[in-house]
Amino acid sequence: MNVQFRPEPSTSLSLKTAIADCDIHPARATATELYPFLAKRWHAHLETYGKQAYHGMMEGPPYPKAQPNASRRDAWPPEGGPQGSSLSFMQKQLLDPYNVALGVLNPLASGQGLRNQDLAGAICSAINDWQIERWTSKDSRLKGSIVVANEDGPTAAAEIRKRAGDPNFVQVLLLSRNVEPLGQRRYWPIYEAAQEIGLPVGVHAFGFGGNPLTPSGWPSFYIEEMVGHSQCQQTALASLVLEGVFERFSKLKMVMIEAGFGWAPSLAWRLDKTFEKLHSEVPHLKRKPSEYIRDHIWWTTQPMEDPERRDHLFQTIEWIGWDKLLFATDYPHWDFDEPSRVLPAGVSAANREAFYLGNAKKLYGVA
Amino acid sequence: MTSPIAGGVDCDLHPAVPHLTSLLPYMNDYWRDQVTTRGMTDLVSQSYPTNSPISSRPDWRPGQGKPGSDLADMQRQALDPFRVRYGICNPLYGVQMVFSEDMQDAFCRALNDWLVKEWLDKDARLRGSIVIPTQSVEKSVAEIERCGKDSRFVQVLLLVMGDMPLGKRAYWPIYAAAERLGLTIGIHAGSAYHNPPTSIGWGSYHIEDYVAQATAFQTQLTSLIVEGVFARHPALKMVMLESGFTWLPAYLWRLHKFWRGIRMETPWVDRAPLEIVRSNIRFSLQPVDAPPDPATLNRLFDHMQSDELLLFSTDYPHWQFDGDEVLPPGLSGDLVRKIMIDNPLATYGRLEFAKETTP
Repeated sequence: MNVQFRPEPSTSLSLKTAIADCDIHPARATATELYPFLAKRWHAHLETYGKQAYHGMMEGPPYPKAQPNASRRDAWPPEGGPQGSSLSFMQKQLLDPYNVALGVLNPLASGQGLRNQDLAGAICSAINDWQIERWTSKDSRLKGSIVVANEDGPTAAAEIRKRAGDPNFVQVLLLSRNVEPLGQRRYWPIYEAAQEIGLPVGVHAFGFGGNPLTPSGWPSFYIEEMVGHSQCQQTALASLVLEGVFERFSKLKMVMIEAGFGWAPSLAWRLDKTFEKLHSEVPHLKRKPSEYIRDHIWWTTQPMEDPERRDHLFQTIEWIGWDKLLFATDYPHWDFDEPSRVLPAGVSAANREAFYLGNAKKLYGVA
Repeated sequence: MTSPIAGGVDCDLHPAVPHLTSLLPYMNDYWRDQVTTRGMTDLVSQSYPTNSPISSRPDWRPGQGKPGSDLADMQRQALDPFRVRYGICNPLYGVQMVFSEDMQDAFCRALNDWLVKEWLDKDARLRGSIVIPTQSVEKSVAEIERCGKDSRFVQVLLLVMGDMPLGKRAYWPIYAAAERLGLTIGIHAGSAYHNPPTSIGWGSYHIEDYVAQATAFQTQLTSLIVEGVFARHPALKMVMLESGFTWLPAYLWRLHKFWRGIRMETPWVDRAPLEIVRSNIRFSLQPVDAPPDPATLNRLFDHMQSDELLLFSTDYPHWQFDGDEVLPPGLSGDLVRKIMIDNPLATYGRLEFAKETTP
């Protein structure tokens, strides 16, 4: 974490065995890079009104990051543009040295979380075309995530179905913070379409839905937002379980991305314990909450849980299941997890392989 | 099961206000008139609907009236069987939901006076928490100072979901007053419903709100730590009440990691979050959000890396355990003594003070 400036990407730690990186953030080099994929009316709209999200800032995030674009100081591409905008530099800095066999792209600054739903749908569709054109068609290790207008179920579902069977995409991407908790019915068309085309739905930490970032209002600091992603994610997962999403969409798989996983056992225990007492309120649930979580949820690893003692980490992973974790670096962000340093010694070869590659290949259906 | 020992401190008891009209004798003419003329309804919070299974153990539910509204019931069901030396009363009457700071203030004063008269005066084991009108820090401080003169008040009570994150500097005079008067700050589950009850909006169900309480405690701990409350008030003790505690280790791993990464944003945080929690934060025992097997629970205790964090609680009359299984199975005798006696006495400075000064 907090990778400091390095003049050259480290290659001394190159991994012999291949890995999957399930959270890579591609960026656009320029503001107009998306224009070829976007109808003309939106060019003028963007230049006049901008992208208005569910927060007040016209540019940038409400909580200033700790470094520009929340990115590593060594991730500026030599040819210019923001971190994560150059495929060749991403290959040199990430994909080649770390022997990434599967890299899942999660575009963050998309049309998700915009107040104008027509604009949201147009930008999301453009981002999906852009992922193919600029990334996945140029490097077969990379796979895209279908971004959708999250608050507009029918438009989102149509975008998902449009990409059915397209090998450039391995998941549908949502963010954790939306106008309502993610289990609410307005989002069900998204789950229905994802299940139909056989892709998992990833839920990446972040987004703005107009709700204060804590149940007591808006906090002061960026660190509160960062730590708070795990609370938002827990609530989103509780909503998905308690609304009966996995009862209704029994083949749906979901990935919790960049929100930690150490909280999962405690949340599942709390859900089960409360469900014992209050099940009459949610008769649509046929199983214990923890069983839905065990069967339907996967977790990316970054930012890796980092207890003082490694046996605490191992016990936590055993409670979740070694088959449910997906390694991720979060490239090019500052809290990048270096593959060779994430997992302490003492893990069996089979679990290590599952953690770094096997689980991701199986979940995303990539050979 | 693990047997409780005598002489403990039950840190989370909930005496219930039978009805808003029960507080009328403790209001002045103006507020009595307001309540009556405007036809105000009882202040029952959605956090604890009266008939929800979680709001009362089935065998603790009275034939009529609200669970926890009768002292004799509390004595028979909680104070006597668990042989406690002290029981700390945390009234959860929904005065925090009110939007007018004047009305909130009047209702808090009435509630605190009601607690003294109807409970503390009637059982020498009982101790109280001061409920404050958090919408006005000035009025809150005044109420703390007014009630703090009675040494049976050992704590100031806040809800975990209020108007602003509790670390915000605007609230610091409350912490200064508590520290000055030797009062602990208790933060209890429940919402004023002035903000959506989760950090991602309104859910559909009561069960959702209850599960989300644990995440609300997590965001409040972050706020309290990173705003620097404990750098300013290093001796202040805060107790998370009905918060659950099994989330604490993983929560701290994450907070510690981000604090290491971006501590330049909050340079006044002079100790690692883990150290701050060990020295300043405590948790009530119930609910124990863990499977009922001793092996898992003992692993969790090991992850917490301290035996000083937990304080005995029944959460009476809420339904957290059955029979007399208030202590989870597999606790060592040493840990039982710590949880039931040593930790609460070390946390609530006024308990021993009261023992010395009460005839």
